[in-house]
Amino acid sequence: MDWLTGMLADTELRLTAVWAALPEFVRFVLVDLFKILVVVVPLFIAVAYFTYWERRIIGWIQNRLGPNRVGWEGVLQPFADLIKMLFKQVIVPGNANRFLFLLAPIVALIPALAVWAAVPMSESFVIADINAGLLYVLALTSMGVYGVILAGWASNSKYAFLGAMRCAAQIVAYEIAMGFALVGVLMAGGSLNLGDIVRAQEGTSVLSWFLWPLFPLFLVYFISGVAETNRSPFDVAEGESEIVAGFHVEYGGIGFGLFFVAEYANMILITALTATFFLGGWLSPFAGVPGLAETWIAAPSFGWLAAKMAFFSFCFLWFRATFPRYRYDQIMRLGWKVFIPITIVWIAVEGVMAAFEIGPWAAGI
Amino acid sequence: MIPTILFYAFAAILLIAAFGVITARNPVHAALFLVLAFVQSAALWLLMEAEFLAIVLVLVYVGAVMVLLLFVVMMLDINVETMREGFTRYVWIGGLVALLVAVEIGHVVWFRSEGMQFLSTPEPFPADYSNTRELGSVLYTEHVYAFEIAAVILLLAIVAAITLTMRRRPGLKAQNVAKQVAVRREDRVRLVKVEPTKD
Repeated sequence: MDWLTGMLADTELRLTAVWAALPEFVRFVLVDLFKILVVVVPLFIAVAYFTYWERRIIGWIQNRLGPNRVGWEGVLQPFADLIKMLFKQVIVPGNANRFLFLLAPIVALIPALAVWAAVPMSESFVIADINAGLLYVLALTSMGVYGVILAGWASNSKYAFLGAMRCAAQIVAYEIAMGFALVGVLMAGGSLNLGDIVRAQEGTSVLSWFLWPLFPLFLVYFISGVAETNRSPFDVAEGESEIVAGFHVEYGGIGFGLFFVAEYANMILITALTATFFLGGWLSPFAGVPGLAETWIAAPSFGWLAAKMAFFSFCFLWFRATFPRYRYDQIMRLGWKVFIPITIVWIAVEGVMAAFEIGPWAAGI
Repeated sequence: MIPTILFYAFAAILLIAAFGVITARNPVHAALFLVLAFVQSAALWLLMEAEFLAIVLVLVYVGAVMVLLLFVVMMLDINVETMREGFTRYVWIGGLVALLVAVEIGHVVWFRSEGMQFLSTPEPFPADYSNTRELGSVLYTEHVYAFEIAAVILLLAIVAAITLTMRRRPGLKAQNVAKQVAVRREDRVRLVKVEPTKD
């Protein structure tokens, strides 16, 4: 065994030497590339299994089986779907704007992935720990609408165009409510940095999470998130019964696949952001419970963030299996006339709470 | 070294995009070039460590204003040829305005830059410097009245825009949501006992 440990130590020395010889810029890029891979690869796997769980869970809720043939209980189904989509021919409709038609799925996917750079996964791991993280998240999520609009316009199809128009109007409407809800989080957290927002929720127990003082904003944020990602019951942009499949009706094969990945990555992002802003991100719900203080259960970790994300992901599927689709004027009414007033009122309430030092603003919590 | 390369790359794309805005034949392409120009100038601001302004530029102009503009441009059926008819007739006015703008920018850059060091790279800020915090503390203390007046003018613009479109039209059909919610099953469904026909 001596020669083996000797060889390992030797290789390690050489690798360290190579690493030290690299210019600082190259080292920086390599470390960041590695961090990006650490986030994006699990994200893609999560997207794949989100589609599988969606079909299984909705199947169970509706008293049917769902896909259970490929692999054990159908666990290989997402890969079968992926391979099918990869091998399909890419069809560009006649009179479509070819360049924009092919660009649109990429434009949809890039913001959906780029936002993850600012999302803290645990106490120590975040790709880019930026000061204005909350603004960065808002800016990039608002860019996601371009993929949809471009797809609808470039397809040269009335159905796709109608879907894109509906989707754009809906996203613009709910973005305002979402932004106002985040103003409340910003006031409570006292920082635009997502890591600092989570740290501001650290306290004696679950009761110091922003969920409680900001409960209306939490509801508004999560429901707006469902509307922003065009998920049921707000999925009029797809509206199978009226406009076939909405903005991506002309896409097949991998173009459709990219839209699909973007939609699911956005959904997972909304779950992660809701957990970060309102449920204390990586903090443990059992912190401060007597008897558990020193165990792993009370320790903050990525596992708790994942558990919270899993719960909200399930909510997405639960909504889809439960609620009928909203009528279009109802969606607009909910966004403009219900959510925006609620958020504005609650920001004012928060101002009063902060002025009189109630709740999270009280000294000593 | 690397920031310089990035600066020239972003600046070059910005110029190309700005040129594309005025030369593109298709109005949708022109609007998309404008989006690209906004994103590139945001990147330039990021290089100058003005991250708040950069992100707000993307958030407001790319995320909201251009989406609505694109919306309108896509709905309108603009004929580019008819728009270009008066090109030669008005070109001298355009040229004059362009010249004026160029002279003004030149004036600012060349004649007023003494002591301001426009052309040198500013010193990098320390790592805990927060552009957002600095901007906020100036905006809400020194310039608070100007800031509030701007806010009131914007509110006025919102109210004015709504009043302009909120005219009462005859024959307008609207949903009364309170009534819809208050409806009970008995109001809508009538159970009828139908005798089976005997033949």
